[in-house]
Amino acid sequence: MKLRKVTAASATVLALALTATACGGDDGDGGSSSGGGKDKITIGIKFDQPGLGQKTPQGYAGFDVDVATYVAKKLGYEEDQIEWKESKSADRETMLQRGDVDFIAATYSITPERQEKVDFAGPYLLAHQDVLLRADDDKIKSPEDLNDAKLCSVTGSTSAQNIKEKLAPKAQLQPYPTYSACLPGLQNGAVDALTTDDSILAGYAAQEQFKGKFKLGGFKLTNENYGIGVKKGSDLKDKINKALEEMVSDGSWETAVKENFGPANYKNEPAPKIGDIKS
Amino acid sequence: MSSVLYDAQGPRAKRRNAVFTVVFLLALAALLWWVFSTLNDKGQLEWALWKPFFTGTEAWTTYIWPGLQNTLKAAVLAVIIALPLGAVLGIARLSDHAWVRVPAGIVVEFFRAIPVLVLMIFGLALFAEYTNVSSDDRPLYAVVTGLVLYNASVLAEIVRAGILSLPKGQSEAAMAIGLRKNQLMRLVLLPQAVTAMLPAIVSQLVVIVKDTALGGAVLTFPELLASANTMSGYYGANVIASFTVVAVLFIALNFALTSFASWLEARLRRSKRSTGAVLGVEDVDDINAAEVGGPHKTDGV
Amino acid sequence: MFDFLEDYDLLGAFWTTVQLAVLSAVGSLIWGTLLAAMRVGPVPLMRGFGTAYVNIVRNIPLTVIILFTSLGLNQTLGVSLGADDFESINFRLAVLGLILYTSAFVCEALRSGINTVPVGQAEAARALGLNFNQVLGLVVLPQAFRSSVGPLANVLIALIKNTTVAAAIGVAEAALLMKEMIENEAQLLLISAVIAFGFVVLTLPTGLFLGWVGKKVAVKR
Repeated sequence: MKLRKVTAASATVLALALTATACGGDDGDGGSSSGGGKDKITIGIKFDQPGLGQKTPQGYAGFDVDVATYVAKKLGYEEDQIEWKESKSADRETMLQRGDVDFIAATYSITPERQEKVDFAGPYLLAHQDVLLRADDDKIKSPEDLNDAKLCSVTGSTSAQNIKEKLAPKAQLQPYPTYSACLPGLQNGAVDALTTDDSILAGYAAQEQFKGKFKLGGFKLTNENYGIGVKKGSDLKDKINKALEEMVSDGSWETAVKENFGPANYKNEPAPKIGDIKS
Repeated sequence: MSSVLYDAQGPRAKRRNAVFTVVFLLALAALLWWVFSTLNDKGQLEWALWKPFFTGTEAWTTYIWPGLQNTLKAAVLAVIIALPLGAVLGIARLSDHAWVRVPAGIVVEFFRAIPVLVLMIFGLALFAEYTNVSSDDRPLYAVVTGLVLYNASVLAEIVRAGILSLPKGQSEAAMAIGLRKNQLMRLVLLPQAVTAMLPAIVSQLVVIVKDTALGGAVLTFPELLASANTMSGYYGANVIASFTVVAVLFIALNFALTSFASWLEARLRRSKRSTGAVLGVEDVDDINAAEVGGPHKTDGV
Repeated sequence: MFDFLEDYDLLGAFWTTVQLAVLSAVGSLIWGTLLAAMRVGPVPLMRGFGTAYVNIVRNIPLTVIILFTSLGLNQTLGVSLGADDFESINFRLAVLGLILYTSAFVCEALRSGINTVPVGQAEAARALGLNFNQVLGLVVLPQAFRSSVGPLANVLIALIKNTTVAAAIGVAEAALLMKEMIENEAQLLLISAVIAFGFVVLTLPTGLFLGWVGKKVAVKR
């Protein structure tokens, strides 16, 4: 009898755990995933890049988020009708092709290879690959100095590949799953520089804890034209382009840039013209 | 403790042990002091970095709890799918027919020889290439697939060991009253083996929970460990603080599971109605790699 | 069909796996034996430390330990274990992490080995006037090691598989190469089969050989 009880008890525990996680799993994404009806719009953003797309206790924040919210509004969706989804760099094309999201604003650079698979609206921001350095470090003055430096970047990112293949093939590269993991090492001198797009770097440098501790190298190593990705052949492309134009002309673009990158002493490029892709 | 190994302590031994204690304590303290002072020098102990976890609940509800839910979801799904598979494989390995026994043995040995991470990476690519599972769910599917493939083989061994641990008299008596092989397994051996295996299954959960962290670090599965990444992005790169909190949570969760398993084991051993056959916590460590060495001897030093 | 394999350093990656496994095995055997000695020894503080160490380490995912060696020890505390390029720093950190983790299991395997040594052995040794170090080092441990070959072999096999976790901090071993190959080549099944085969080659003979050794050296009672 006792054994029965134990078995029953553990079965109950298991069942409880299951239901708990099952229920939690559903509302964890912030809303029902019933795709029926067009009362919702699904947008792909980054969840872990402060300044561009970051999950916060109050919701989502960053420049990409502001742009996406503005565009969604012009498309006829209020803020509470937006469903945010995390789109990791490697997943972006597939997510669009499969229709998991309506559009993606996630530090998404327009490149010829990607244009074969998806369509881009924009660009809405011109960024450059750059390095983040300690404020008191004068060792790295030009891109050539990177060759004998210790760099940190994200595993498999375009910036990491650029460094290895052309920018500084001799540099040592420490890969981590996220950029924030690079920051303690940069702070403590275990690495000399963190490299990725200057917009992303500016987002980190702008955080409260890091004021005055880091500086941007300002090397403009590459041109990254951030666009909004849509499914190939989608009619959303023209509507989004129109929305982006309005965002620049009514000053919301400028405000969003100042708000998200302002404190980082990051000199942003002027708003790019739609369809003007710098290579 | 194992006082058989040393004599009752006289005055000299006591003095010597006191010296050892002091030296060891000093060494430990020096190590701890070095860690703390260096962390302090590097500004990692600043209250601002740790504050999110101790004041307010937003860090917990936004990042940690969803991550923990995913960890538990993957672990529980893996156990539930792996158990029946493991039972079938384990019973198949005990079959009298070589054509059942040998293939089951090969499958079990093969999947126990391969790292879970390799199975997970394989699963992720498999779902991306050959199915239309959405990118949101793919990491979960991949993690569960890897865990199931590995743990089904481990559970197969647990089932086999559980059945073998039953006293021989059980099957002899069942055969004597004319039960067929299938009845013997279904009515006599399995029900008793399941109770004997319960502690071992619970401790296997610890192994599974630990392995889910691989999914977070390598496969972008948003579990507890990965939640530290998103979280440290928001709280000013408090990487050390976030990872420490996550590590403590893992320890607490697994410690609870281990204690539950030991409690179950002790209870089953004490129980008068059982056959006394129990597959304990320690057996699981063995089964996770190779052959089962039989019940642990506890009557030694 | 196997052409693309020539573009990748498959043998090199598995060689790294083997190096990780061998170095960590030696290290964790030493540290694990010390821990086991602490756990059965007469000094209460060391006993407590050994018990706490084993209970904590066994309950942390190895992934967390390895990430901690990199993010905590190296990047924050500035420990680089005498190396100065990331490749060797990460390799050494991974070995350290594997040792810290595996030694807890070595300690438990040895302790269960010590439990198989009959009480009379230690009693006889004490009756001869041997002290704790002598009882443990000359009488109990030699017998315990012989009966722990089986459990220790299991720990070693688990260790060989666990070396893949070093991929989390970018050590170029087999699992990391597998991930890279899958991303670049459309040969999923072939790549997986090759990597799986590599691990079977490493683990199966180890298990069989040590199983044979274990039977050979076992103390007949």
